[in-house]
Amino acid sequence: MSKLVLRNISRTFGSFTAVDDLNLTLNEGELVSLLGPSGCGKTTTLRMIAGFIPPTGGTIEVDGKLVSSAGSCLPPEKRQMSMIFQSYAIWPNMTVAENVAFGLKLRKIDPGEIRRRVDQILEVVQMGALGDRYPAELSGGQQQRVSLARAIVVKPSVLLLDEPLSNLDANLREEMRFEIRRLHDEFKITMVYVTHDQAEAMVTSDRIAVMNKGRIERIDVPFEVYRRPETRFVAGFIGRTNFLDGRHENGRVQFEGFSVPVDALDHDGPLPAQVHVSARPQSLHLHHSRPADAPDRCYAAAVVQRRAYLGEYWDYHVVLQGATEPLRVTARPQEVFQVGEQVQLEIDTRQLTVLR
Amino acid sequence: MTKLALGDRLRHLDKSSWVWLLAIAILLFLVVNPFYRLLLVSFEHGETGAFTFANYLTAYGRSRYIDALLNSLTLGVLSALLCVVFGVPMAWALSRTDMPAKGLIWVSILGTFIIPPYLGAVGWILLAGPNAGWLNRVIVELFGVEAGPFNIYSMTGLVIVVACYSFPYVFVFTKSALDLVSSEMEDAASVLGASNLRTTLSITLPLALPAILGAFILVFLEAIALFGSPALLALPGRFHVVTTQLWQFFEHPPRVGVASAYAMPLLLITVMLYWLQRRITHRKGYVALTGKGGERRPIPLGKWKWVVLGYCLAVCTLSFFMPMTVILQAALSKAWGRGFSLDNFTLQNLYFTIFENNLTQTATLNTFLYAGSASVIAIALALCISYVVNRNLVGPRIGSVLSFLTMAPFVIPGIVLAIGFYAAYTRPPLVLYGTGWILIFAFATRFLPIAFTNSNAAIRSINPELEDAVRTLGGTRFTAIRSVVAPLLKRSLAGAFILVFIPATRELSAAIFLYSINTQVLSVLLFDKSDEGNFEMLASIGLVLVLITVALILIGFRLMGRDFMLRRSSS
Repeated sequence: MSKLVLRNISRTFGSFTAVDDLNLTLNEGELVSLLGPSGCGKTTTLRMIAGFIPPTGGTIEVDGKLVSSAGSCLPPEKRQMSMIFQSYAIWPNMTVAENVAFGLKLRKIDPGEIRRRVDQILEVVQMGALGDRYPAELSGGQQQRVSLARAIVVKPSVLLLDEPLSNLDANLREEMRFEIRRLHDEFKITMVYVTHDQAEAMVTSDRIAVMNKGRIERIDVPFEVYRRPETRFVAGFIGRTNFLDGRHENGRVQFEGFSVPVDALDHDGPLPAQVHVSARPQSLHLHHSRPADAPDRCYAAAVVQRRAYLGEYWDYHVVLQGATEPLRVTARPQEVFQVGEQVQLEIDTRQLTVLR
Repeated sequence: MTKLALGDRLRHLDKSSWVWLLAIAILLFLVVNPFYRLLLVSFEHGETGAFTFANYLTAYGRSRYIDALLNSLTLGVLSALLCVVFGVPMAWALSRTDMPAKGLIWVSILGTFIIPPYLGAVGWILLAGPNAGWLNRVIVELFGVEAGPFNIYSMTGLVIVVACYSFPYVFVFTKSALDLVSSEMEDAASVLGASNLRTTLSITLPLALPAILGAFILVFLEAIALFGSPALLALPGRFHVVTTQLWQFFEHPPRVGVASAYAMPLLLITVMLYWLQRRITHRKGYVALTGKGGERRPIPLGKWKWVVLGYCLAVCTLSFFMPMTVILQAALSKAWGRGFSLDNFTLQNLYFTIFENNLTQTATLNTFLYAGSASVIAIALALCISYVVNRNLVGPRIGSVLSFLTMAPFVIPGIVLAIGFYAAYTRPPLVLYGTGWILIFAFATRFLPIAFTNSNAAIRSINPELEDAVRTLGGTRFTAIRSVVAPLLKRSLAGAFILVFIPATRELSAAIFLYSINTQVLSVLLFDKSDEGNFEMLASIGLVLVLITVALILIGFRLMGRDFMLRRSSS
C-alpha cells in the first residue's frame, strides 16, 4: 500500500518557484532518495513532507490521510514522523540518553520501557557505552549515530533525512551510508533521503528521484537511473558521461566521425530528426589499430588529446576526426596510449542511451 | 481529494500564534502609543483638545526658550569636542604604545563609566562650587587670594562635567578601531621614511577617523539629552538647556502640549544624527578596520611615555579620582566642609541611608523593583520579538516593522520618551501615572533596544534545526522552547539582564517626569535632595548606587565568563 503520496505539490516563495507540480509515491518500508544539485527543491520538498513548510498547491497524504494542502497543514509534531538534520541537531543541554529518550517521553511511555528501548537502540547504533556523555564530548560520527538513534527509537511512520552525511569526512561518510541502509533493512522504516551526493543515493536507496528545477526528472531503481538516464540533466548529474548529438537520416544516425544504424539504438517510439545520446566513458574503448568488425560495435578514428593516469584507471580525452569537442574514455591501467597518437575508438552501441 | 472537516482544520492550526500577537500588542502599547500621543498632544489645546498650533507658538515664542535650545547645542558641541580631546589620546596610548600603568588607566576609565553622571556632578559641586569648593579653598589657601577662581555653576563647568562622564564612549570606540590597525600598515609608512609621529598622525589616526566621528556624534547626542548634570549645574547658574526647560514646562500645572512641541527638535536632531552616525561607522571604504590583520607591536615612546601617562592620569583625576575622593569624604564625614580628619569620620550617613531612613529605603527598594521588573519585561518582549523575526513566524515585512519598532527607543531621548508616556498614560482609558508601572514600562521601553540586540544575538546562535528536531519527534513549538531554547539561552539572557538592569537602576531623565511621591527611585531622590544642600546624604545615596552597580558588574562578568568557557568547550 502507498505510505506517502505527494500529489501535484508546488511551493513558491514570492516569485521563485522552489517545487513545481511534483508527484511522488512511496510504498511502505521503501527508501527513496531525492537527489539533485543545491536549489533544486529537494529540501523544500522534504520540509513540506515534515510539515514545516505548507505547500502552495497540491496535497500530501500519509496512510491515506490528508496532512498538507494549500489551505491547511498539520503541524510537524502531529505527523508521527522523525527527521535527521544536516547539523544533527543534537540538543547540547541533554546527555546522549536524554536526547534519545526525548521523543519517547513526549509519547508518555513509562520510564522502565523508555530505559529499555533507549539502551536497546544505543546498542544497535554502537553507542551503548556513551549514554551519559554530553554531545560536546562526541565526535561527528558519534553525534550522527545519536541522531539516528533518536529518530528511529520512536518508530516513526516516515523517517526524513536531510543531507545527513554532508558534514562528515569522506571515510566516515562511506561507513555511515551502509549504516543507514542497515538500519533501514533492520527496522523497515519508510524513508525519504535528501542528498546531492550520487554515490550516497546509489548505496542507500531503493529508488532514486533525480530532481531539477523543482521537478522530478527521473525516478527509478539506481541501476536503471544510471543505465538509462533519459534526460541530459540526469545523465550529466549521475556519473560522468559524453553527450553526442546526431542526425537521423536514411535509417542511420550520423554523429560527428561515425554513424550507427537506427535499430542499434535502444529507444521507445520513433526517433526524432535530432538525436541526443549519452555515452559513458567506460562504454568506450581505445585500440591502436582497427579490430575486426563485431556485432553492436562501431569504430571511429580519433586522436588522443590529453590523458591522466589516476592509478585505478586512465582518463583519456580523444577527439574524433571532424569533431571539435573531445570525448572522455576510461581505460584500464595497462591500456597505454600517447598524446597525439592516432587511435581507433570502439563504441558499444548497446550502451548508448538516447536522451529526451 | 478529501476536503477537510472543521475539526481537522483546528488540528492543523498552530496554536502558538497568539503569543506573537500579544508581543505585537505590547509593542504598540510601549512604543507606538506614547510616540503617537507625543505628536498628538503637541497639536492639542490643553483643555479643549482641539487642534492648534498654539503649543508650538508658545514653545518657540520667547527668546529665553530659544536661548535654551542654543545652549544645548553649545553644550553638545563643546563637550563632544572635549571628549575627543580626552578620549582619543588615551585610546591611542592604551592601544598602540608602550605606556606604563595601562591597567590603572583602564580601571579608572571603567570607574568613570560606573559613576552615574549626576553623581559626578555632585562631586564637582564639592570640588568647584564657588567659595566652598575644595579647589577654590586650596587656591585661597595657597595664594592668599580673596576668592577662588572656579565656578562650576556655569557653561564651562557644565561642559567639563558632561565631558568627564561621556569621554569613555569616545575612548571605547576609538580604541576598538585602533586595535584593528595592524603594525604592518604603520611599518609601510615607516619604511618610506616617516617618523613615528608622522605615521601616527597621517596613517593611524585617519584610519580611526570614522570611529572617532561616530563617537563624537554619539557623545553630542548624549550631552543634549542629559538631564541630571544640567539640572544640578545650570539651574543654580541661572541658565537653561533644552532638558531643564522641558522640566520647567512640567512644573505645576504641567503643560504637556508645550513640552511635546518643545521636544520635537531634540527628537529630530537625534534621529538624524543617529542615521548619520550609522552611515559613517558602517561605511565600507575603510576596510582596513575589518580584518584582524597582521602583527601588532606597541610603539616605543621613550621618555615621552611619562608625558603620555601624565596626560592620562590628569584626565582620570578630573573624571574619577578627585570626584570620587570628595564623594567618599562627604559620605564618610559628619560635615564635609570640615575636611579630612579622623574626628570628622563617621559611618552614620551610610548607616542612616541604608538602615534608618524610610525615604532612602523605599527608594532603594523601588529602584530594585522597578529596574528588575523593567529588565524582565524588556528581555521577555525582546526575546519574543527576536524569536518571531528570526524564525520567520511572521512575513519578512512585518518582521522588519517589528525590529524597527523594538529598536526605535534607541533614538528617542529618555526625556522625550517620558513626555510621551506622560501624554499617553495620565488620561483615561489607561491611567498609570502615579503608580510604579509607568516607571517600569518607561524603563523597559528605554532599554528595550539593549535587550533586543542581546536576545537577537542569543537566538541567532541557536540552530533552528534543534527546534525542528523537537517538533518532528512530537513536541510543540512551546515544548521546543521550554526544553531546548530556554536552557541554552539561560546564561546569555542573565548577561542581558544585567546589561539592562544597570542603566535602569540609575536612569534619571525619564524617571524625573514620571515619578510621584510613593514611587521615588534612588536617582530621583538624589536629585530631589540636591537643593537641600545635604551633601553628606547625597554622597551616601550615590555611594550606595555605585556599590550596587559594581556588584552587578562583577556578577555579569562571572556569567559572561562562564558562557565564554562553555562555548569554547562545545565547539
